[in-house]
Amino acid sequence: MIKAHAEFMEIGNRMQARRSFEGSAIAASVRSSICRTRAGWGEILLLTINTYLYKLLVMHGLDAAFSALADPTRRAILARLANGEATVNELAEPFEMTQPAISQHLKVLEDAGLIVRRVEGTKRPRRLAKAGIEAMDQWLAMLRKALETNYERLDEVLAGMEKHKKGKKP
Amino acid sequence: MSKMTLKTEGDTHVIVTRRFAAPPEAVYRAHTEPKLIQKWLLGPEGWTMPVCINEAKAGGKFRYEWTNGKGGGFHITGEYLELEPYNRIVHVERMHLPDPTPDNHIETRFEADGAGTLMTMRMTLPDGKTRAAMLGTGMERGMEASYVRLEGML
Repeated sequence: MIKAHAEFMEIGNRMQARRSFEGSAIAASVRSSICRTRAGWGEILLLTINTYLYKLLVMHGLDAAFSALADPTRRAILARLANGEATVNELAEPFEMTQPAISQHLKVLEDAGLIVRRVEGTKRPRRLAKAGIEAMDQWLAMLRKALETNYERLDEVLAGMEKHKKGKKP
Repeated sequence: MSKMTLKTEGDTHVIVTRRFAAPPEAVYRAHTEPKLIQKWLLGPEGWTMPVCINEAKAGGKFRYEWTNGKGGGFHITGEYLELEPYNRIVHVERMHLPDPTPDNHIETRFEADGAGTLMTMRMTLPDGKTRAAMLGTGMERGMEASYVRLEGML
């Protein structure tokens, strides 16, 4: 849980660090795309959204899930489990990791409520829990947002091209 | 209302669609002319693309380099397989982190949609494991991602 907090703070810090870019050559394009109002207001808005998101996560008890998702191997394990149940051996195979190392990752995911295990003889196959699906959705939503930012910027580039074209015509 | 859709298909595909209020010619040009690419293919605020080499012809190579201006950065390289102005682009690309990721094969279509354009990007990864691994790196950099690193699941 503490790790999740730290991560969110880290994201906030990075966002703040980026703001020192305001004076650079890219600032104009950044401002126009990210901060549709004045740059200053945009910054405040971003920080507010970030804090709000963080609060939401805590409220929904998702902070442990986000902490568990901090590691790319664990996300890849979840992605694999999205295709169906798998044993520890099957999960370890693509990662070139030892079984104990994978088991450690599985324990973190289990403690976070993202995966569940079943007993089948000597095997303990894991599968995705509902919370695991939701947590991955949340990550995907964050990626979606990053992509959408690019395309919103492209919308503006296209609008600029159209204007330019129209301006040239009599 | 989001204009973009992002979904996986089968084990190895990722499909992205997006509508634009400009004709296919303009959207195609914004994907192939370096001066235009550098204006939008940037990910989150603070990142720039100081290097944008793009030979938009069959067999041509491209190289995009991003930096956050504070020592952070990465690049992608790729080759064009087919170009049909202003309808279709087929290319392969890989990310260097710094080790190259497996090739991502991408077909991008631009179709007239009223006065605008419907863009459909279909990515094909070598296998399901690669897509899952990409999902890992993509999510890790989720906040810093550009659309070149699209990965999806569920």
